[in-house]
Amino acid sequence: MPELQLKQLYDGFRDPRTVAELASQIKQLAAKLDEPVNVMEVCGGHTHTIMKYGLLQLLPDNIEFIHGPGCPVCIMPKERIDQAAALAQIPDVILVTLGDMIRVPGSEGSLAQFRAKGCDIRPIYMPLDALKIAQENPDKTVVYFAIGFETSTPMTAVLLEQAEKLGIPNLLFHINHVLVPPAIDAVMADPDTRVNAFIGPSHVSVITGSQIYQPTVDNYHTPVVVSGFEPVDVMQSILSIVKQKVEGRCALENQYERAVSYKGNEAAQQKVNHFFTVRPSFRWRGLGPIPNSALMLKPEYRHRDAELKYGERLPVKEIDDHKACQCGDILRGKAKPQDCKVFGRGCTPQTPLGSCMVSSEGACNAYYRYAGVK
Amino acid sequence: MCLSIPSQVVELHPEIQSVTVDTLGVKRTVSCHLMEEPLAVGDYVLIHIGFVMNKIDAASAAESLALYKEIVDKMEAADA
Repeated sequence: MPELQLKQLYDGFRDPRTVAELASQIKQLAAKLDEPVNVMEVCGGHTHTIMKYGLLQLLPDNIEFIHGPGCPVCIMPKERIDQAAALAQIPDVILVTLGDMIRVPGSEGSLAQFRAKGCDIRPIYMPLDALKIAQENPDKTVVYFAIGFETSTPMTAVLLEQAEKLGIPNLLFHINHVLVPPAIDAVMADPDTRVNAFIGPSHVSVITGSQIYQPTVDNYHTPVVVSGFEPVDVMQSILSIVKQKVEGRCALENQYERAVSYKGNEAAQQKVNHFFTVRPSFRWRGLGPIPNSALMLKPEYRHRDAELKYGERLPVKEIDDHKACQCGDILRGKAKPQDCKVFGRGCTPQTPLGSCMVSSEGACNAYYRYAGVK
Repeated sequence: MCLSIPSQVVELHPEIQSVTVDTLGVKRTVSCHLMEEPLAVGDYVLIHIGFVMNKIDAASAAESLALYKEIVDKMEAADA
């Protein structure tokens, strides 16, 4: 075997001939299925791959994708964005957050709109940038509006660790880190759910290990395959699911062995456990409150907690989506983006009504970009 | 925000717990604070929001690619 090149890591797992051959194998095997397979791809990254590479069109009719709630931007309820906007309006506060979050509408507007009104809101590409901003602005308070699933929490933990170690007092956190397994439980608790298989996001499992899905397999008797994000990865994972279904098995499998282990990155897990504890309840956009589904800072780090420090200034009113927006049903797998009356009409990536349209990983955004408006 | 990206380590900066990586021609410096095992130039890694999350096992990736090539070769032989 010649030495592996970086380009092969991309091209090899995007090779159209491999995708076509896997599709043909899936078709042959799927003909033996007794019932349709409704695969929830939990993560928006997979939705993006499925739409971008046209994988839907390659699969037989008895395999359907249901787009799950795993996009940190899509699941953020409006009141949390309102809280970020309230923080940004406090004099001498600089609010920093990751990429797409800045465009998600809150009840009074998006963070981008508040920035246009003069608030100091800065999008960053990596959490450690917040440290630099805090160091460069010692007379201001920098609040990191922290978002993301298990994939992104360790990075917030490192940021906090560095702030403590370097003695940077003016960096606070508004924590919105959420957890995949309770969201799966919320989806499966619905008696009308059609989901009977999952592909799990590999980057979550790079951190947590594939182990976090064992209860899903055991509790719901569904196959779970931890999958990479390239089209070949997704197709191979679908093939594994169909094989399991045909053989009447349900097991946890790891398609992405090249980076995911059963136990995951234990150093990262330790950092998360050091700084965070489980939040009793968190309200998810579209799914409502889910117990033990998010994290918060441990009491010993309350001096870094913007939610505590500015508590009396933060709005707590729970705000539901625009009536016409069906993001909730879409996140529960009960509707497709094109079922929504405002999809592509009142709600577009330029003027999003719902956050599934805002984020580049949102189901509506992916459908709009790659499948168009009918 | 969530697409983790395969990259290759091209420079080490142990003094700031960072490495420079190449992501298909784009070079940038990322943090190694989440890595327990040391990294070497030439390693393949996954990057997420400015951090190395993990090493990619090159042998395992090459094995998968070899398997796919075999599948495609068989398919083409069958079509011929």
